[in-house]
Amino acid sequence: MMKTGAQILWECLEQQGVTTVFGYPGGAILPAYDALKYSNIHHVLVRHEQGAAHMADGYARASGRVGVAIATSGPGATNLVTGIATAMLDSSPILCITGQVGSKLIGSDAFQETDITGVTLPVTKHNYLVTHASEVAQTISEAFYVARSGRPGPVLVDITKDAQQTTCEFDGKPVAPRLPGYRPDMAPTAEEYKQALELIHTSKRPVILAGHGIILSGAMDEVRAFAEKTNIPVGLTLLGLGAFPASHPLSLGMMGMHGEAWLNTTIQEADLLLAFGMRFDDRVTGNLKTYAPNAKKIHIEIDRAEINKNVKVDVALVGDLKAVLRELLPNVKPQERHEWLAYVDRLKGDAAVRDIQNLPDNGHLYAAHVINDLWRETHDRDTVIVTDVGQHQMWEAQYYKHEKPRSLITSGGLGTMGFALPAAIGVKAARPEADVWVVVGDGGFQMTMCELATMVQENLKVNIAIINNGYLGMIRQWQEFFYDRNYEASPILSPNFVKLADAFGIRALAVTQRSDVVPTVEMAHKHKGPVLIDFQVEQEDSVYPMVAAGAALHEMIRRPNPIVETATDA
Amino acid sequence: MLNTFVVYVENKPGVLTRVASLFRRRAFNIDSLTVGRTEKPEVSRMTIVVDADRDQALRVEANLYKLVNVLLVENITGKPSICRDLAIIKVSAAHNERSPILEIINVFRARVVDFAVDSLTIEITGGEEKVDRLLDVLRPYGILEMVRTGIVGMRRGTKSEESEAVAAAVVGASSGNGAATVAADDNVSYSV
Repeated sequence: MMKTGAQILWECLEQQGVTTVFGYPGGAILPAYDALKYSNIHHVLVRHEQGAAHMADGYARASGRVGVAIATSGPGATNLVTGIATAMLDSSPILCITGQVGSKLIGSDAFQETDITGVTLPVTKHNYLVTHASEVAQTISEAFYVARSGRPGPVLVDITKDAQQTTCEFDGKPVAPRLPGYRPDMAPTAEEYKQALELIHTSKRPVILAGHGIILSGAMDEVRAFAEKTNIPVGLTLLGLGAFPASHPLSLGMMGMHGEAWLNTTIQEADLLLAFGMRFDDRVTGNLKTYAPNAKKIHIEIDRAEINKNVKVDVALVGDLKAVLRELLPNVKPQERHEWLAYVDRLKGDAAVRDIQNLPDNGHLYAAHVINDLWRETHDRDTVIVTDVGQHQMWEAQYYKHEKPRSLITSGGLGTMGFALPAAIGVKAARPEADVWVVVGDGGFQMTMCELATMVQENLKVNIAIINNGYLGMIRQWQEFFYDRNYEASPILSPNFVKLADAFGIRALAVTQRSDVVPTVEMAHKHKGPVLIDFQVEQEDSVYPMVAAGAALHEMIRRPNPIVETATDA
Repeated sequence: MLNTFVVYVENKPGVLTRVASLFRRRAFNIDSLTVGRTEKPEVSRMTIVVDADRDQALRVEANLYKLVNVLLVENITGKPSICRDLAIIKVSAAHNERSPILEIINVFRARVVDFAVDSLTIEITGGEEKVDRLLDVLRPYGILEMVRTGIVGMRRGTKSEESEAVAAAVVGASSGNGAATVAADDNVSYSV
């Protein structure tokens, strides 16, 4: 049957199981929008294309399926770029479809022409330019396969207007990808397994570094079984949170720049690091020269380009984490590690006394209190927290105890402010039954708050907790620590968020007292529509502990003891 | 040290950009890059010379494999292979200088491809060092213009298992057998 490229596009998306796409129309993509009438796919109209990419990303991270964003040529396409780069660094499978000017016009600087495949080359896993209707089916099939297999990532398909409009024969049958050079399915050798087991069996002070790869591979049960059988404690990266239950006795919480002090010390004193689906990011290692100096390293990772990139390892097992752990599990010997675990416990004890959570209610509202109370009220339900980037993101990571995978969605690698609200819309679209909370700073929220309208138009109940301290808080913190308290360009004025929400028809409240936190969260839960809460917290609180950029991982700036409440109080 | 990679890629538009962009983005230092056709119309072949230590060379290889259009990467450094560079050199040659220059050309088994009143144009093919040495001895006469292709390389002996694997992959692809896996790099260990 003869069909247009645009019709084929939607049919192929349906074949891939797509039910929802996030997009914004424009001239070069209009033929595709016109053909939407033949499809059952639901289109969410965003307010800015960056939001579409983040929504697709949130959708993908919450569900494990490929998220789809659509934009027109030129500015529509370039507006996607931040969202694509975000998905790239966090290995999130998204497909971006962009319209392109007619194939005869390519290279002529036509109206709204941008070389978007050129622009996105370094921030996509792969991209395509489609100039004929007959290439659409093959390309979409490959794009989905590349996006979700191996180490997942964003794929962009740029389709010229004439490729959407012209017709070709299409029988509706699924097309197999033709990717002769693409090999996502590597496996370690028997010798490499043997070397890894030897290191594990002879180690006295091992620690598992659990990353995002566990969630992407679906290896939560295997990691848990491995840790329990070998009695190896587990530290998590930011994107790993939820991959191993926070309440598990072997869990040591988050590592790195704002990680738990005991865990950073544990890593520095370990004799073996087992890196599971993580990539030794600089925010995790601190100074590489002094990183875990006495530890042997085993790296289990699906992307072999990550091996020996930042940290030189002794054994690398390149392959899918779940498959590799299944191979290791029957061969690894159970071990007791009383001495090592008792030592790690003692490290914990020292840090807990400095914990701001233990500070009595003295009339100040701390962000940590807000997060802690939010956790207490929501963790028993199916809750997904979507955070933005900055201080609130670190406090959330420290104080919200994630038990389940995909219960925290956050921009880790790229650190994209403005991510939270659009990503949360994608999360809610993917998992309508879940309670979705945005935790966001007053700065990041203002970057993409236009998407409130998208949320309302789509009738999505997403609750929003703004951690409002009147500053770009992390900037202010760096200025306090490293730039002599020169608060240049970090104080930020915000609109009256309650009135703003009201204009969108969203119920909203401001909270200034700790005693109001729990009742307000409860109200938000019970209210039928979305609720925005403006938590007006201590303005000059800082995230502790902190490893300064370039410092050794164990050299942490600690919360002053006795606790100094704010910089101004001091 | 210089590493020489033979890279088989799908013969599709934009693949050269992808490879070049990868080297730029990861700050790998390209010494030379050549690309051309092969015995199979759907496959192009690059010879890339990179300044890299052993670990970097493994990372170059791993990163090349991340490009979807790359079929096979072979590091032929230190393996029995033929590596050739072609240079065309225009050298200043006054009447009384021609004889000594022609002698040099003879010794190097180079060829004169153009003869002008006060210059000679010379073509030489050989290993990089041989070309470098010819340039050294011609320099005193005055090199007016010079162009080199960069290294093209090939393993010695009959067809390597690797290139057979490429052939298999390409056949797999054209018969619609999606995502054919090439297991040609089993001998490469990523552990150090």
